Amino acid sequence: MSLPQAQQETQSFVKQRWLGNSRRFASLLEGLLYLLPSILLFTVFLFYPLMKTLYLSFFYSDAQGVPLSFAGFDHFVQLFSSSSFMTSMKATLLFVLYTVPPGIILALALALLANEKLRGIGFFRTIFSSTMGMSVAASSVIWMFMYNPAIGIANRFLTWAGLSEIQWLLDPGWALISVSIATIWMNTGFTFMILLGGLQNIDSQLYESAKIAGVSRFYSLRKITLPMLSPTLFFVITVSMINAFQTFGQIDILTKGGPMETTNVIVYAIYKDAFINYNVGSASAQAVLLFFGILIVTLIQFKLGERKVHYQ
Amino acid sequence: MSWGQKLFTYALLLIAAAIMFFPIIYAFLISFMQGGEVLQGNLWPEEFTLANYINAFEKVPLLTYLFNSLIVSFLIMLGQVIFSSLAAFAFVFIPFKGRNVLFFIFISTMMIPWEATMVPNFQTVQMLGWLNSYTGLTVPFFAMAFGTFLLRQQFKTIPKELYEASQVAGISNFRFFRSVVMPVSKTSLVTLGMYCFLTAWNMYLWPLLVTNDEQVRTVQIGLKQMQSQEISTEWGVVMAGVVMVILPTLLLLFLGQKRLQEGLTKGALK
Repeated sequence: MSLPQAQQETQSFVKQRWLGNSRRFASLLEGLLYLLPSILLFTVFLFYPLMKTLYLSFFYSDAQGVPLSFAGFDHFVQLFSSSSFMTSMKATLLFVLYTVPPGIILALALALLANEKLRGIGFFRTIFSSTMGMSVAASSVIWMFMYNPAIGIANRFLTWAGLSEIQWLLDPGWALISVSIATIWMNTGFTFMILLGGLQNIDSQLYESAKIAGVSRFYSLRKITLPMLSPTLFFVITVSMINAFQTFGQIDILTKGGPMETTNVIVYAIYKDAFINYNVGSASAQAVLLFFGILIVTLIQFKLGERKVHYQ
Repeated sequence: MSWGQKLFTYALLLIAAAIMFFPIIYAFLISFMQGGEVLQGNLWPEEFTLANYINAFEKVPLLTYLFNSLIVSFLIMLGQVIFSSLAAFAFVFIPFKGRNVLFFIFISTMMIPWEATMVPNFQTVQMLGWLNSYTGLTVPFFAMAFGTFLLRQQFKTIPKELYEASQVAGISNFRFFRSVVMPVSKTSLVTLGMYCFLTAWNMYLWPLLVTNDEQVRTVQIGLKQMQSQEISTEWGVVMAGVVMVILPTLLLLFLGQKRLQEGLTKGALK
């Protein structure tokens, strides 16, 4: 190889690399251009406010939310020593407990029923998913009427069944349960839809083999359906828990956090502190706790999910 | 399935359907009743009257609210579908350094509860002068990680050869996006659009915070207002309002239930 030739090759190599680099750079720019609208909005309306919430939780602010002086962990210390916040935490956790497991079991039962191949099954599937089209506001108004102590159907049913009447939304012992029942109904549509989709994705040959082997229906439910459905169940449990932590609308319409703060779940407490009591610092501290609460739930779910879930 | 089993399943299905659908039917029935009947706690109206509907439209600007909700939901749907598909296109077809990290960041935004950011968001919207405007009601929701994720799954099914061929033919990325990727993914786009519309129509907390003016108030907030003002006496009117609010989304759901179910399951599981 002569010297000029080698020189030429080096030159062309450098040129190629430079071209490659610039092409890579161009494609980076182009990619970011497509992502720009989303990145911009996520920055302005998600990442920035999240940081700002964290920041505000360490400050005393005026009614407009302008930080005045550094508060350190004061807001957090105050929260954990306030009985009102403890009631709110208890209400939130109880609400998750009352709505998530029963809600998923109900939706699963409906999905199993609606997964049978029968004539007219499409009609039932539509009915069971119908609450997905119901807004929280509309559903809450309907349930408020049903819970009306004098004219609602709930107490009329109890009287008809020979039981004593209940002050559903006014009795501190019943209010959270009443809201939970309404919430389970509202969420069933979505949960049902996802679970039915999961059931329909299960390979029907598995059932054929089970049938040939002559196993009982209960056995195939336990040994085929549930394991194969586990990724879907896992998804539904995570989403339902996160949703339960974020409940607001039904509380605002049905109980306004009462009676005696028994239904004052965390998002409602944040709303009240920020927009009614103008205590932005305390509201932000609770928002930070909500964020970490949901983060922990998600992480635990994923850790458990890794081990327990059976992926196809 | 044997005859008996079939009968048993149908019986269970019917009972479950009756219970699940009861509150909706109940709302419809009440909305056609006269005031006195409602207070007696009747289940079936003696006579179906439209008086409550006329009342509802006369007492509250229900028509304005419905129109506002329609505009807001449509804008959010459009914004989410466009932004998500642009982002998903980049994640599938444009290779660049850091793409996977960026995608992970997108997905992680799904873990951030929107409520944890509402106070600063309110301040931002106030500062921008967007309170009581369609802009303030819609723009903060245009970016959507779930939609991006769903469409990414769909775009991945488009054969790479198609993209390579278009590159050889010298077609620009954006033209490929517009005239190949979008038309091919029509089904997924419609499903996502439906989901976005449903969610936007049913939004409650944010419209409650950023509107106090009848001119832009959405129908969900109008309903809350109706219920808190008329509560004791005019349940029939309130239920007429409820029916007007749920009718559009119920129809949408009845028409697209199957498609929605398939689309969401695909997004959730793969």
